[in-house]
Amino acid sequence: MRFSLNGRRTDVDAPPLKRLLDVLREDCLLTGTKEGCGEGECGACTVLVDGVPVNSCLVPLAHVRGRRVTTIEGLRSRLPEALVREGGTQCGICTPGVVMAAATLGPRPTAARVREALAGNLCRCTGYAGIVRALAGARAAPPPRVRRARRR
Amino acid sequence: MRSVGRSVPRKEGLDKARGRSRYVDDLRFPGMLFGRTIRTTLPAGELLAVRLDFDTAGFTVVDHRDIPGRNVVALIQDDQPCLVERAIRHAEEPVLLLAHEDREALHAATVRLECRPAEPVLDPERSPSAFKELTIEKGDLARGFAEADLVVEGEYRTGRQEHVYIEPNGVIAVPGDGAVTVYGSLQCPYYVHKALVALLGLPHEKVRVVQTETGGGFGGKEDYPSIIAGHAALLALKSGRPVKLVYDRLEDMAATTKRHPSIVRHRTGVTRDGRITAMEIDVLLDGGAYCTLSPVVLSRGCLHATGPYRCENVRVHGRVVMTNTPPSGAFRGFGAPQTVFAAEVQMDRVAEATGLDPVRLRESNALRPGDTMATGQRLGEDASALAVLREAVLRSDFHRKRRAWRGTNRGIGLSLFFHGAGFTGSGEVMLASRAALELRPRGARILVGSTEMGQGTRTTLAQIVAEVLSLPLDRVEVADPDTARVPDSGPTVASRTCMVVGGLLKACAEEMKERLGGLSPAIYLKRHGPLTITREYAPPPGIGWDDATYRGDAYATYGWGCDVAEVELDPVTYEVRPTRVTAVVEIGRAVNPLMAAGQVEGGTAQGLGYALLEEVVLREGRMANAQLTNYLIPTTLDTPPVDVTILESPYRHGPFGAKGVGEMPMSGPGPAVANAVRHLGKDVRSLPITPEKVLECASLSTADAPTSTHRR
Repeated sequence: MRFSLNGRRTDVDAPPLKRLLDVLREDCLLTGTKEGCGEGECGACTVLVDGVPVNSCLVPLAHVRGRRVTTIEGLRSRLPEALVREGGTQCGICTPGVVMAAATLGPRPTAARVREALAGNLCRCTGYAGIVRALAGARAAPPPRVRRARRR
Repeated sequence: MRSVGRSVPRKEGLDKARGRSRYVDDLRFPGMLFGRTIRTTLPAGELLAVRLDFDTAGFTVVDHRDIPGRNVVALIQDDQPCLVERAIRHAEEPVLLLAHEDREALHAATVRLECRPAEPVLDPERSPSAFKELTIEKGDLARGFAEADLVVEGEYRTGRQEHVYIEPNGVIAVPGDGAVTVYGSLQCPYYVHKALVALLGLPHEKVRVVQTETGGGFGGKEDYPSIIAGHAALLALKSGRPVKLVYDRLEDMAATTKRHPSIVRHRTGVTRDGRITAMEIDVLLDGGAYCTLSPVVLSRGCLHATGPYRCENVRVHGRVVMTNTPPSGAFRGFGAPQTVFAAEVQMDRVAEATGLDPVRLRESNALRPGDTMATGQRLGEDASALAVLREAVLRSDFHRKRRAWRGTNRGIGLSLFFHGAGFTGSGEVMLASRAALELRPRGARILVGSTEMGQGTRTTLAQIVAEVLSLPLDRVEVADPDTARVPDSGPTVASRTCMVVGGLLKACAEEMKERLGGLSPAIYLKRHGPLTITREYAPPPGIGWDDATYRGDAYATYGWGCDVAEVELDPVTYEVRPTRVTAVVEIGRAVNPLMAAGQVEGGTAQGLGYALLEEVVLREGRMANAQLTNYLIPTTLDTPPVDVTILESPYRHGPFGAKGVGEMPMSGPGPAVANAVRHLGKDVRSLPITPEKVLECASLSTADAPTSTHRR
């Protein structure tokens, strides 16, 4: 099966109904795409097909014949730096999927737009606060405050 | 070159965000097989026979007869078998293990279990057996109720909760030379090590456990990995090949531990002016089929059952019982979210009964420094219940909204809570944790068994060491948690890592600094040779605990929190939508403010899930919704902005004043949301607050006292 993977022509010898997720991880040895649920709910396996984010656990290999597939390994983006700076990654297992889903947001999205675009990406660690801060900016999602407690 | 108190980015952050970090399922070994677990489907009964309905060529098959050591999952009571022999106590018990190099062949294999069913115990109130029972007493309850003008009674219930770490449980076992190495997604490498030594009958040095990058834990990878590691190790030893055993989401949700369901009953005596004179509390937890960590969950639950309030006359009685359901286990908060929920909804009901403002009632009863808790523990100067309460009320504009929203579809409620940092009672003394620091040419290397699972262990521990040694942060390395290389620093649980293990490392670093005497690490190493400093836990002076009577210092210190939840009720669907949470915590000192806040933001979201969405449905003792399609956790659209304020009131014996933070944020949202829904006039007393429940629950009539209030 031929398709473009991260800008390179690729030919994979695998059953046409094999999940794209497994093809990427096992046949192409690209393990940055993660499996969280296998049912299209968590978004950890998000990749881009022709620039559109999809859950690769729900996509059979045959579906990407002749198309452009982009994974976290092939994405050029400063989003990872922003996520790390703002506390948008903790355990990290959802983060590549978050980065891929966020890659299609235009510049300076609003917090509401970020929440909508990432509604299919579950994160159990951050409460999404750091993710929204990283993508929408500190003005849209203020950082936490630290102060001395008054003792009495 | 200060490190402590700065929001430095996490050490492994970019590797994670660029997909370069290697989690267990990302690893493969030459000749590796895949493993699979065959489980019972009956909640109770006897296993009579196992029939393999497939050609076993190419398969490795393991049952209990292949266990070289003891057939137990060694933890507190060794009551849980690693593989069923005859008795079946819950519907997801492992019976048989299969391994094959081809995953499709593996999953195509069919196995029939012949079983004789028995009548299961599914209702904890009807359980005939308890894993633990305890009583905490202070003062004279009868006198306390005699002093009261009002007695308020209530029963509160919470359900199971699934952790939903996004990376399911998994391990790889690699055999070799009469030994086995297990790589896995886990919180406590030394727990797994202990369990494997018992199961495999191997000497300690023949078992090695290495934590791989772990995609979330929340308590769910505290005890369960011992089971999976045992299974994979048995398959690996029998086949002589590496075996990967990684659960899919369905198996992970159906078979692994959950938060204990609870039924908590309160009787509170209160004077007309709002002084609480008596608290009688009964706690019942459903432990599931085996003991696991239930006794300690019960302890922590009961020790937090009064809420952060002073009262001279208290009795807390607790029981955790056996039912024929998959075992309950550790989950962030560890019993406290259940009992704090009951205490804080009860507090609002006491306010309703006395006609007092919920803030005023809490203010007049909140624990202050020097006050005595139910166990007789005297609180230290760092106690901050009033500080967090006042800050949260002010910050959220609580009183104005409370007045303005009355009679609308908007509600606002609050909860005041606390959380003991570190192991309960004498737990830390018994753990006798050790941490080590090794001098390296450019700096130092931390050697601890404490694990990074997202909460920031690697980074915060390095910040503590870097601060003492006046080193840039990147010169402090952290060794992988590998039982062959690091000492046992105790489990990574109980909000203990920063405070306890961080404290040990601070002491190591101080001694190292003294030894260096101003020399650079490279010159010291050249002149004097290698240097490793190890420290073992010693309790802070004046700390004492009696396990038999539950008297003394239950925890070395406490964190304090106050949540204000704002909600909207959809008048058509009865959905309760949280619109904003104000979270104020006092945690001693924030070693890394961004990461500490991350615990509050994430814990609050998890708590909102517990409050509103997350419901484990059991049918005949099996989880009927073991999928993310119908076990719902909060998405970006279900999680409101969380306004976090961290207050610092340094704890004298914590590293740079730090206490624990990880678990506490889990306790606040449940009762804060419930009290916000009460503000809307709905008498909710259980979690989760689903639309069905809101529809069915009685309305609070503002004119009447609650029905269970008895006026004297």
